[in-house]
Amino acid sequence: MSTENDPMAEIRATFFIECEELLEALQDGLQAMEEGGTDDETINIVFRAVHSIKGGAGAFGLEDLVRFAHRFESVLDAARSHQLEIDGEALSILFRAGDTLNDLVSAARDGEAADPALTEEAGKALDALIGADAPDGDGAEEEEVADFTPMTLSLDLGPLDAGEGAEAGAQADALPAPGEAGASGGGMECMEGAPAPAGSGFRIRFRPHSALFASGNEPLHLLRLLDEMGTMTTLCHAEDLPPLGEMDCEESYLHWDIFLETTEEENAIRELFDFVEDVCDLTISPLTEDDMAELVRHAEAIARDEVSPGGTAGDGALMAGDAPGSSGEVASGKPEAEGSPPPSAQKTRKAGGRSVGCGRNEGGSKAAGRGKASGAVKAKPTVRVDLERIDRLVNLVGELVINQAMISQSVEKAGLLTNPEIDSGLSEFMQLTRDIQDSVMMIRAQPVKSLFQRMARIVRESAAAVGKNVRLRTEGEGTEVDKTVIENLADPLTHMIRNAVDHGLEPPEERMAAGKPAQGVVTLSAGHRSGRVVITVSDDGSGINRERVRQIAIDKGLIAENAELSDNEIDNLLFLPGFSTASEVSDLSGRGVGMDVVRSAIQALSGRITIHSRPGEGTTFTISLPLTLAVLDGMVVEAAGQTLVVPLNTISETLTLGARDIRVLGPETRMVQIRDTFVQLFDLGAEMGFRPPLESFTGKVVLLVALEDESRAALVIDGIVDQRQVVIKGLQDTFGRVPGVAAATILGDGKIALILDPADIVANSRHKAPNMQADLSLAG
Amino acid sequence: MTDTEDKAKADQTELLSFRVGTQEYAVDIMTVREIRGWTNATPLPHAPPFVRGVINLRGTVLTIVDLSDRLGMGPIEFSERNVIIVVEAGSQLVGLLVDAVSDILTVSAEDLQPPPEMLTEGPRTFVSALTIVQERMVRILDLDAALPATEIEAA
Repeated sequence: MSTENDPMAEIRATFFIECEELLEALQDGLQAMEEGGTDDETINIVFRAVHSIKGGAGAFGLEDLVRFAHRFESVLDAARSHQLEIDGEALSILFRAGDTLNDLVSAARDGEAADPALTEEAGKALDALIGADAPDGDGAEEEEVADFTPMTLSLDLGPLDAGEGAEAGAQADALPAPGEAGASGGGMECMEGAPAPAGSGFRIRFRPHSALFASGNEPLHLLRLLDEMGTMTTLCHAEDLPPLGEMDCEESYLHWDIFLETTEEENAIRELFDFVEDVCDLTISPLTEDDMAELVRHAEAIARDEVSPGGTAGDGALMAGDAPGSSGEVASGKPEAEGSPPPSAQKTRKAGGRSVGCGRNEGGSKAAGRGKASGAVKAKPTVRVDLERIDRLVNLVGELVINQAMISQSVEKAGLLTNPEIDSGLSEFMQLTRDIQDSVMMIRAQPVKSLFQRMARIVRESAAAVGKNVRLRTEGEGTEVDKTVIENLADPLTHMIRNAVDHGLEPPEERMAAGKPAQGVVTLSAGHRSGRVVITVSDDGSGINRERVRQIAIDKGLIAENAELSDNEIDNLLFLPGFSTASEVSDLSGRGVGMDVVRSAIQALSGRITIHSRPGEGTTFTISLPLTLAVLDGMVVEAAGQTLVVPLNTISETLTLGARDIRVLGPETRMVQIRDTFVQLFDLGAEMGFRPPLESFTGKVVLLVALEDESRAALVIDGIVDQRQVVIKGLQDTFGRVPGVAAATILGDGKIALILDPADIVANSRHKAPNMQADLSLAG
Repeated sequence: MTDTEDKAKADQTELLSFRVGTQEYAVDIMTVREIRGWTNATPLPHAPPFVRGVINLRGTVLTIVDLSDRLGMGPIEFSERNVIIVVEAGSQLVGLLVDAVSDILTVSAEDLQPPPEMLTEGPRTFVSALTIVQERMVRILDLDAALPATEIEAA
């Protein structure tokens, strides 16, 4: 075993990665339930997630985790067998249990101990749920399931550690063989005449959705796998089948009642359906006397009037793959108690007499394996790669981009561009570099979903802390963002969400009084907009109380008492260091870290944050981030003898200044007229401290840049050199933040050029002269 | 307190000595990554004057500190012989712009003497120890103190 240390650690690591995915599925499921989806599939998804975590945890001896997961699972089991009604309160307990499970997984992964008191509390709440509702017998059965945990593991982890099969194999061998060969062998034969005693099998109702077919699954395979588990009799319900002419070939019309006599556990059957359970209706109940009677009735009906074979398409499909060896009765009869329309064709199928005694157990696990395989068709195949490897690739591509720029430059210098072959080869090279660049960046991109799910927890916890009823709405979860950005967004978002819950939303009474629903809504959305990722956090609260914000700013000496501020400017006071609106410091937010910390965190990601508030309607914070932190399209410009790069996406227009374009406002401010607006001019060379301000701007080039707050500014430069993709090199390592500079890059000649942050330059400049209005509209 | 001192305690230390203006300084050779000729640095806006800017060191952005200016002796006089000593201090690389590299010295711990009291009380000199080599006084540079990053954060 000691020699196995390494592979074990690897399997363990895989388990925790798997856990993350399962926890995500768990959150999804709970969220779906919260939105009213308390149907069987959803509960099953949640159950399966918890169950799989329990299974894996058992194999690694993570006792705490197993114990808690087991309690959790028991409740979910009660819910899925409809012994427990999932209402709002139960749901909040389940959510909390989900959070606790998450904590336990993290604790186990980091080798720490989770807070036992919290775990116990969540566990007790869970127990209370079924303590009241679940019959006693259920508990006993669950204990048994717990004993079988290792088996679950080997099935669940099987495909993962294929490489390190030794461990898993050993596990599988050690399994107690469930179900005993031969025992049910007799049942096979007696299907028609004397059904096995009730309870030794299950009645399975299986209705595939069209999505099941769309995802490449095939009910026939599932039926076959079921067949391998015992003696199966199938009733196909084809009464929904429309006339041939009206049939939609992508719709699903058939469903099946399957009477399965087996010694397998219900879980084993559920496992078969693991990968389709969200695309079908599936109910599994123990076989009762009534079921058996129904079965016999059907069999008799078949005998009475033999329905034409190949009556329906569905039937045909079922036949096609069937081993025709068995008696193969075709039946017509009443499908169910509701039995309204006359069924066009039903078929009772009997299992072939093969594969009874031996290999039953094996069949089970094989079935699970195949189930996985067919599930893989649904989810796109993925590869797990070390982040380090990707980062290395990203760096290499960065070097490639620089190298490409260098080659272009030296080719140009050598005057070789007149040769068409070199010219076209070079531009092809450039195109390829760019494509590689984009592809590599895509590898790093991740959907923001995981981040949003973490925020869901923050909302729950903070809402509970301040006694408000809050719902989190998320949009655009699939938006992909660079992994580093996602990681670094967690803290600022957490802070903003807490703020929204604590300060943004009013207490329930106030909301009611204002004619709003008592439940507050915090919305988190993500999306791509003009080459940037935009994430918004909004609440439907009372909006910013500008009077109070102003007063506080005056009290704290942040602004002068007589300062004339626009609404927007007042809102932006929130970002000033040391500003906190909460009159009393609450436990939740207002720990002395304010929005200024959020803003600097966003700025560190080369992002920007803006605020928008409407009294009575709520507040929206908008974070805009670059798509990637590695490369950007930039305009290479010259100012005061320095080569600088301005991000292309900030530039809306360029122009050359004529003497008549420039207007003077006050002693220093110069404006340029662009169509019907005046835009303030900023002398880039002087703003960057490279030289004293210019006397005259005439003949200079102007970059018109769009700022976050929709206003515009004009940067005065000496000239435009080039437009190209540049690799972003952080300055943080050496310097921290340099005002007005976002990062640096290496140009084709090997020199370093600074990448500017125009909005920051403008903000710094305006900060020096605060009473300046940049955009004056002629139109008013 | 510094690498220089720690190493010195273990008997013999190798130092790289260099000239700044008319004075001779040295750093522990273990902190030196490379020595390179002068290339034009890209100035950083709003940086302290002793920060000459940044250069490209094989794909990394390297900050250049004018050691002469940093030590309070005014900006370095430009000459072709100026070199950049790339040193590693803490986790970061910094380029020290000096007049010229002079020698590699081997000194033992007992040859190092602390700078005079009056110096440590006054303005910082960034010198952690002194030693005498062939009649010349060599000042051993306290790299951590001389680094710009810490200085900027403090400001």
